Amino acid sequence: MTPSPPALEAGPRTYPGRLFVVEGVDGSGKSTQLTLLSQWLRSEGFTVVFSEWNSSPIVRATTRRGKKRMLLTPLTFSLIHATDFSDRVEREIVPSLKAGAIVLADRYVYTAFARDVSRGVDPLWVRSLYRFAPVPAEAFYFRIPLELALKRILSGRPSLKWYEAGMDLGLHIDPTESYRLFQAKIMEQYEQLAPEFGLTAMDATKAVEVQQRLLRQTVRRHLKGLYRRTRTYAEV
Amino acid sequence: MPKFETYGGSIPGVQLDELKGWLIVIEGTDGVGRTTHVSRLRAHLERLGYAVGETGLMRSGLASRGIRRAKQGNTLGNHAYNLFYATDFADRLEHQVLPALRAGFVMLTDRYVYSLIARAIVRGANPQWIKQVYSFSLKPNAVYYLRIGVTDLVPRVLVNGGFDYWESGMDIPMGEDLYDSFIQYQERVIQQLDSLAGEYNFQTLDATTDVDELAEDLCQRVTQLLESDQSKALESVEPA
Repeated sequence: MTPSPPALEAGPRTYPGRLFVVEGVDGSGKSTQLTLLSQWLRSEGFTVVFSEWNSSPIVRATTRRGKKRMLLTPLTFSLIHATDFSDRVEREIVPSLKAGAIVLADRYVYTAFARDVSRGVDPLWVRSLYRFAPVPAEAFYFRIPLELALKRILSGRPSLKWYEAGMDLGLHIDPTESYRLFQAKIMEQYEQLAPEFGLTAMDATKAVEVQQRLLRQTVRRHLKGLYRRTRTYAEV
Repeated sequence: MPKFETYGGSIPGVQLDELKGWLIVIEGTDGVGRTTHVSRLRAHLERLGYAVGETGLMRSGLASRGIRRAKQGNTLGNHAYNLFYATDFADRLEHQVLPALRAGFVMLTDRYVYSLIARAIVRGANPQWIKQVYSFSLKPNAVYYLRIGVTDLVPRVLVNGGFDYWESGMDIPMGEDLYDSFIQYQERVIQQLDSLAGEYNFQTLDATTDVDELAEDLCQRVTQLLESDQSKALESVEPA
């Protein structure tokens, strides 16, 4: 048996499946949009696989340990998230794409680029870390005014976690104020990433159903030739 | 000019000119006798009055447990293992190596990024990628490479507890059994280390030399390095 080839480092590879990504700051409504998209795609008979940021079962224990004990620095924060992501790429995303499925990712490499660079990590280095990641068919960036996003998050959440609020950056002693400043930095990064990686900007202030219509229109263009199953008896 | 530099990358929030001390690396494949030589070197340097710290692979507070757990089930892919090791390395760099260097310690490191790069390449990683991943690491003041061929390595490993699953590359089996795989795997690792030796300026030492002789040679080399730095430092303090 020979070792498996270095998955994606040779540059963008194409797989039979399709990868769609939603990105944006907390409170931009991206997860709601992705859920609606997946319901539609499933009802159309496509095979849909969901992949969430920070969800590798094996790596998660370490991330949690690092966060709980405040062991993470900008460098190790970046690396442990890259570890988590690579595990998901190897075990979930690539196999699903090879199998011809639609993979929906709630946050992708762009989240790491935006967050880690906001924490002071070298932008080129963090991009090179993720070089093995498959290139999405389309990545949507949900653009929203900072104040609106903050209002949505801060009104519904009892307290912010240490790293979530960016407390490790020492921006402010008050977690809420720190969170504001951190989110502003992240948003600034997203605005740079959008043109750099050709992200499709979505106006996240529009009504949910209006955004969803636009999303489906764009996604539909990529679906030609994908496997669709006929309905099973249980579904009739 | 700062005493230390990285391999091109940066460590967020770290001022390199704060770093004093020495970073000394002992490299070499598994079973070559690194642990013995690190402890001899440590005793020698402490006799001379240097404060000595030690670190080695998988000794981080953050990631070592997680890596061990993942290895038990052999459940991570290659990229994930490589990045998990990089996390462990970065945590030790920031929490063990940098504080020691700030305090002027001699930091003895039992294997460094080179072993990690070698094992990654043997497992199919893109060499350019894995080197870029570790570009934030500090350039050591010296890397001593204890070199051994597989033929001389086998008997040492056998008397020291036998072939280890991972050090035999059994996650990417290369032969019929542990022995075959060990030979194949170690040959490739040594080949990689040999090629890194030129690229990263290792001082290569023949690890088949008598252990006392080798220890003495190593102690002498390190003493010389530390003393030449000390005299340079004194010159800069006292104007001629």
